[in-house]
Amino acid sequence: MGDALLIVLLGLPMTLLVTVLSFTIGVIGGIPLMLGLRSRTRWVRLTCRFAVDLIRGVPPIVWLFLLYFGVSFGAIRLDSLNAAVWGLGIISSAYLAEIYRGAFATLPSGQAEASAALGLGGTVTLTRILAPQALRTALPSIATYLLSLLKDSSIASTIGVADMVFNATMFARQNPATAGIVPFFIAAAVYLVISIPVAVTARRLDTRLRRTA
Amino acid sequence: MDSLIDLSEYLPRLGQGLVVSLQLTALSVVFGYLIGLVFALGVSSRQPWLKWPALVAVEIGRGIPALVVLYIVYFGLPALGVLFENFWAAVIGLTFTAAAYSSEMIRAGIQSVPAGQREASAALGLSRTTSFVRIVLPQGLRSSIPPLMGLAIMSFQGTSLAYSISVNELMSQAYQVSTITFQYLAVYTITGLIYAAIAVPATWLSVWVEHRMARGAV
Repeated sequence: MGDALLIVLLGLPMTLLVTVLSFTIGVIGGIPLMLGLRSRTRWVRLTCRFAVDLIRGVPPIVWLFLLYFGVSFGAIRLDSLNAAVWGLGIISSAYLAEIYRGAFATLPSGQAEASAALGLGGTVTLTRILAPQALRTALPSIATYLLSLLKDSSIASTIGVADMVFNATMFARQNPATAGIVPFFIAAAVYLVISIPVAVTARRLDTRLRRTA
Repeated sequence: MDSLIDLSEYLPRLGQGLVVSLQLTALSVVFGYLIGLVFALGVSSRQPWLKWPALVAVEIGRGIPALVVLYIVYFGLPALGVLFENFWAAVIGLTFTAAAYSSEMIRAGIQSVPAGQREASAALGLSRTTSFVRIVLPQGLRSSIPPLMGLAIMSFQGTSLAYSISVNELMSQAYQVSTITFQYLAVYTITGLIYAAIAVPATWLSVWVEHRMARGAV
């Protein structure tokens, strides 16, 4: 039990690293995709819509295998951490773009009209008037998505990233007689310990935002 | 071009894998939503001995990765002396995950039914059970259809995790074909497109249903 606990916990920094890096890629990458989804030019909008749907239509494990085994720059292949972070980062960009877009869609059109009437330009309206309000609405969804990304980061173990689940699997295979299910229960408990406070905060934030809105 | 011709020999294997993926999806969605309904009723119950076990099961199912659920079923149940084929271990694991997620959607649907419906049926002299089963539940389930459709699509994609416990579904077949042919990029691109070819139109369908229902047309 003690060994299993130690080995699984040794994977925790990697789990968090994969989650944080791919989330960062998603938070940034989602912005241009969201602008594309809101574009007034039809073909830009449709292309971005198709890209977002296609990215989300392919399961994460397929993305990771595609990047890990399939992509090479000359003789250089992506290592497993890079493949996992970029794979999950691409997927996050698509999901977050959709969350951003949804949040902008909830803003009353009067906000954009009022800032136009005040003579503000398109960029100022977007960054100073619309984006701060949209971000408030989007926060609970973003937090929920971060949690699902934390759970999806476990898929990185299938391409050999030494996260909690990878360590749990290794330990279970090396100690088949004694370990069995224990390392997985430990990993499961750690995911719960991390995700429940975030989930509670997100729910509270959501209720508060609803009340003020 | 030669290599692509080589690859076409192996395409039927991907097709066989897809059939297994769809079977996994169908089983886990049907059983998962039924158990999800039971969980939803449990969580909404006023009886603490019904409410808390259901709530804990739902939060565990939603809080831990589906991959870990699969490993627990696959590595864990044999330790308890229960042996399952890989396929059924995957069905059990994916069903539990689908049940946990669907229960929250069903509960939200039931909660969205206006209190006036319950009051009106009480005024008409219907018993509490009849009013719930015949009046509230059908309307609640109806409004949870769009999210449940979305969850079914997620479940279909989630079957790819069964690769990790060696179920012969699409992802496993793709892995085997790629190691035989060394055409990693081509094989995983085709595999990704197969998943997307089902998931993307299904997503559009669920969006369409949602819009129709929002207009009150269904």
